[in-house]
Amino acid sequence: MVANVKDKAVIVGVGNTKFSKDSGVSELSLAAQAVKAALDDAGLKPTDLDGFATFTMDANDEIEVARTLGCGDLTFWGRSHYGGGAATGSLHQAVMAVSTGMAECVAVFRALNGRSGHRFSAGVSEGVMTADIIHWGWYMPYGLLTPASWVAMFTQRWMHLTGVTKDALFEVAHTTRNYAVNNPNAFFYQRPFDRAEYDAARMICDPLQLFDCCQESDGASCVIVTTPERARDLRQPGVSVRGVAQAAAPDQEQMTSFYRKEFAAIPEMEIAAKNCYAMSGLKADDIDAAVIYDAFSPIVLWQMEAWGFCGFGESGDFVLDGAMRPDGRLPTNTHGGQLSEAYIHGVNGIVEATKLVRGTSLNQPNKTVNNALVTSGVGIPTGGAILGKMH
Amino acid sequence: MTAEDQKAFEDEIYAFVGREVCPPTPARDDVNNAMIRQWTEIIGDTNPAYTDAAWAAGSARGKTIAPPAMMYVWGQEGFKVTTGRPADAQADLVNLFNKHGYTGVLGTNVRQEYFREVSPGDNVVMTMTIDNISERKTTGRGPGYFFETLATFTNQHGEKIGTQRFKVLKFIPQEQPATAASEQALKVPTRIASVRGHDNGWWWNAVDDGKVLIQRCKDCQTLRHPPRPMCGHCQSMEWDSIESTLDGEVLSYTCVRYPAVPGYPKDPICAVIGLGEGTNLVANVVGCEYSDVFIGMKVKGKVERVDEKTILPQFYPL
Repeated sequence: MVANVKDKAVIVGVGNTKFSKDSGVSELSLAAQAVKAALDDAGLKPTDLDGFATFTMDANDEIEVARTLGCGDLTFWGRSHYGGGAATGSLHQAVMAVSTGMAECVAVFRALNGRSGHRFSAGVSEGVMTADIIHWGWYMPYGLLTPASWVAMFTQRWMHLTGVTKDALFEVAHTTRNYAVNNPNAFFYQRPFDRAEYDAARMICDPLQLFDCCQESDGASCVIVTTPERARDLRQPGVSVRGVAQAAAPDQEQMTSFYRKEFAAIPEMEIAAKNCYAMSGLKADDIDAAVIYDAFSPIVLWQMEAWGFCGFGESGDFVLDGAMRPDGRLPTNTHGGQLSEAYIHGVNGIVEATKLVRGTSLNQPNKTVNNALVTSGVGIPTGGAILGKMH
Repeated sequence: MTAEDQKAFEDEIYAFVGREVCPPTPARDDVNNAMIRQWTEIIGDTNPAYTDAAWAAGSARGKTIAPPAMMYVWGQEGFKVTTGRPADAQADLVNLFNKHGYTGVLGTNVRQEYFREVSPGDNVVMTMTIDNISERKTTGRGPGYFFETLATFTNQHGEKIGTQRFKVLKFIPQEQPATAASEQALKVPTRIASVRGHDNGWWWNAVDDGKVLIQRCKDCQTLRHPPRPMCGHCQSMEWDSIESTLDGEVLSYTCVRYPAVPGYPKDPICAVIGLGEGTNLVANVVGCEYSDVFIGMKVKGKVERVDEKTILPQFYPL
């Protein structure tokens, strides 16, 4: 059965706070700022909202955000689990609510002091956050404590099986940085790097070096989701959600699915892709641009394979042919990604994918973007969405 | 401080970047033997190139030189500084920090670069600017900003002899939990242990007894790791276990270099080990260098005590 949501929910507003390393304000303040910015973009008032969707990891209670903003009645709040796997997962919650009539206007947000507060790169080396502490116990005593260490384990095996080299990882990190160089809200605005600097950078967990890893950021991002009927009366051109999916695959662990027959793979993302394509009636050839979750450079490559832009092991050549670049087959992470704009757990990516469809990205490709892909994190239960121009 | 106040303060401090602290100023005394002799005595530097005129006469230079590290010495105020110093951009910047609570001061590092030597009779001319101010940082001493001055030294002919960068942290002093910190220091940190619950405690208890077990379904005999309460194949909840021989192969690996975590060896090698019995296990590879490890490498495991509190399977190359 294919989910019946195509074009029933529309993104009408987007907002980011300033991204920084020390916001100096509470996460609640960041959430309220991002939601307000997205409402202003849409030409809506806080009282127009009747629902919220965010991450289970987000520290802001929906009712606190609602009181802070001065919202009226709420009829929906839904959260999605698994860290960055909740990026399009929270969008998924909003689309289901809007397309079924449970809510008419939902704010999808993520707000965090990810650098000045709890540092995400610490992983489980300090203060484990959830009841899955037993799970982490299989890794902690050996020193496999951090997101970089978990992703490195997949990367090393995938490079071994495919023969993809650091050249491709550099291409991902470097192209992404070049987009950030044009984006004043990116941490690395006007700060390019070259191959020599990339190669000389600190080794984090072999083979991942500093520029293969995203930043930690303070900030918040928000998109407003409503019905097509309502969207037609609003200020911005509507961006429809053509398809949105959440997926976990057999033998799924949180970041450590090392027990599959072949673990250099992300079958959960392949399921999300298959279901998004089925819902939308689209295929990889129809996707004009993408925002692909980039907590680490190699995960962008695996996702290109999972979404069918190329075959297994071919993503290295795909990007080295310039696919991600402004004039390439699939301009990708045009905001500078989480590697170089900010690490807002993928919700800044939904903002950017919306802008790509509107035609207002700071690095807008020189072609019509009818459909843009946006994805969630990798190695966890995850998901993705295809956005397109509202008919 | 509100975000607006913070922004206003930062606008004010960042306006100091590039400002001159000291215009080109010749030292009041030329480079001289007396000062060189006292400085080298205090430092304990017996290099004859600085103080032995006879030795120097026979050297390639033909004369003594001043220790390059002294270049900042020549322009120092001396005793006069105890009666106060004239206002300059650096003093204004420090006052601005103090006014906003950043009263702590810590010189963090000095970097000198040398381009040309000077000898007794030469005169050193110093110029100084405020070169850069960091973003707000959270430090062990408290939140603050690093600022760096850049001093440039020339000789009396205008030739550049060296530069000096001096970095200072201005911070809001935090209460140091002195007692807690010293108690902490007495404890040798150990690795972070797994908790032991219903579904995994038996496995870790066996490791304490020197054995690595693999959970086995009593009905369909399927092995599974990590342990869980039900067989994923036949849904039986009956299980026992077998002991692994710890013969294995490296399926993937990494070296966890950054960040270093207290209680762990530096740069531990972690690997997914495919055990001979057919299940996978994450553990450390030891007894070789990171560069010796490869995917497909055969390894043999031993259950070992790795610190005061921790017993773990560790795998060695065959």
